[in-house]
Amino acid sequence: MRIPEQVNRLAIVIGVLVALTLLTRFVLIPRSLVSTDLHWAAATQREAIKPVKFAGSTACQDCHEDVAVKKARSFHRALSCEGCHGPAARHADDPSAVKPPAPRDRKFCPVCHAYDPSRPTGFPQINPTAHNPLKPCISCHNPHDPVPPKVPRECAACHGQIERSKAVSSHALVACTTCHRAPEQHRRAPRSALPSKPETRDFCGTCHAQGADAKGAPKEAPKVDLATHGGRNLCWECHYPHLPEGRL
Amino acid sequence: MNKREFLKGAIVFFPAGGVLSALARQAAGKETPAQATPPPAANGQQAYDPAHHLYGMGVDVDKCIGCNRCAVACKAENGVPDEPFYFRTWVERYTIARDGEVVVENISLGAVRETTQDAREIVRTFFVPKLCNHCANPPCVQVCPVNATFTTQDGAVIVDAERCIGCRYCIQACPYGARYLHPKTKTADKCTFCYHRLVKGLQPACVEVCPTQARIFGDLKSRASRLVRFRRLNKLHVLKPQLNTEPKVYYANLDGEVR
Repeated sequence: MRIPEQVNRLAIVIGVLVALTLLTRFVLIPRSLVSTDLHWAAATQREAIKPVKFAGSTACQDCHEDVAVKKARSFHRALSCEGCHGPAARHADDPSAVKPPAPRDRKFCPVCHAYDPSRPTGFPQINPTAHNPLKPCISCHNPHDPVPPKVPRECAACHGQIERSKAVSSHALVACTTCHRAPEQHRRAPRSALPSKPETRDFCGTCHAQGADAKGAPKEAPKVDLATHGGRNLCWECHYPHLPEGRL
Repeated sequence: MNKREFLKGAIVFFPAGGVLSALARQAAGKETPAQATPPPAANGQQAYDPAHHLYGMGVDVDKCIGCNRCAVACKAENGVPDEPFYFRTWVERYTIARDGEVVVENISLGAVRETTQDAREIVRTFFVPKLCNHCANPPCVQVCPVNATFTTQDGAVIVDAERCIGCRYCIQACPYGARYLHPKTKTADKCTFCYHRLVKGLQPACVEVCPTQARIFGDLKSRASRLVRFRRLNKLHVLKPQLNTEPKVYYANLDGEVR
């Protein structure tokens, strides 16, 4: 039987189409496009060669050995340098061209050390509005060796609320130590040695008694007759000395 | 040249050109998986072999202070957009009230810093760092229609941004909400365990900067790794174990309310 001419032609066309399909699938399309193994390997490779921004904890101590040794013995020993100073791989590559920043203002330390009820108990926390307001943390604490300063230099470090109300009162210029004697130990262990309070009416009387002319006592200080005023009470039992305008 | 001759020429020319170029490409360099092996490490150590590693992370919830350094470092390391609602890792604050109500806030969003509740009404409150769990049985990989996301040999689930079509199925499928659509590339993006750091022997950026060692990273195949020690010394839990995703992020001291 003779195969009709049309069938032959059709067979050639079909053969060419099949050949083209196979050619496209196996030769023209790159294997990495059809093989998941290959394109996953290529993607993994692309991921692996991305640039590193954080140099890592061991990179810094090669040059900054003094700081590393100091920090290794401090409470901040577990902190990485780049936690505060930011990513520093570029600084490690070219130390003179790129300098990592050092956070020196009051905003940074409270990121970890501001009081937050969700923080674990025992983690050192302060109330940033009451704790030496407006003073940069590094003026008292060395971030590479952060111990609490042995003695607070000012009463306001702990007694900020009293300091602030006194500052707007007419006793603003009276130093804390004028009325209180704080034993040295009070600074280190506040509750084991309490500061003194004025124990006699005559103490306030040095400025406020009639005819008082103590050194430095301002003339315009209100004067009372101690013999008749207030009976047997101590002055601070009725007048709050840190804000004398506000009566109890 | 008439139309018939032009078409004849075109039919021969284009496939022939394609075949020749493909042959030339094959002659120039065989396309084998060998091209995909990472380069040898620069510092003279042995070349990185992913078959010898299996990475995981440990999170000690009791140590997290919610400072958010991890989320900030992750953005710097991985080029995550600065807007606070894009993140590969984030920190949640759980607040459990006296009446049993549980409030979960994402503190990495930046807006919430102080807890809003009356302190006397709080029974307990704590921070939980979250990230991609790099599941051994990842739902996100199952749903990807183009095989753009996959698990590497060393256990990290990563996305091929060149193949991803941005259909967001994986973002929907992830039970931990660990994926987002990158606004620039319009592809899915997620934590890679800082894969580019692992192959160089470095730790992920979030682990690097964590000030309290709340995050522990290591190789599950190495007896000496910190993570294996962490797994030995702590009672561990994973997130949503009922989903059988088999996460490789292990939580110690995890509260029962954490979802």
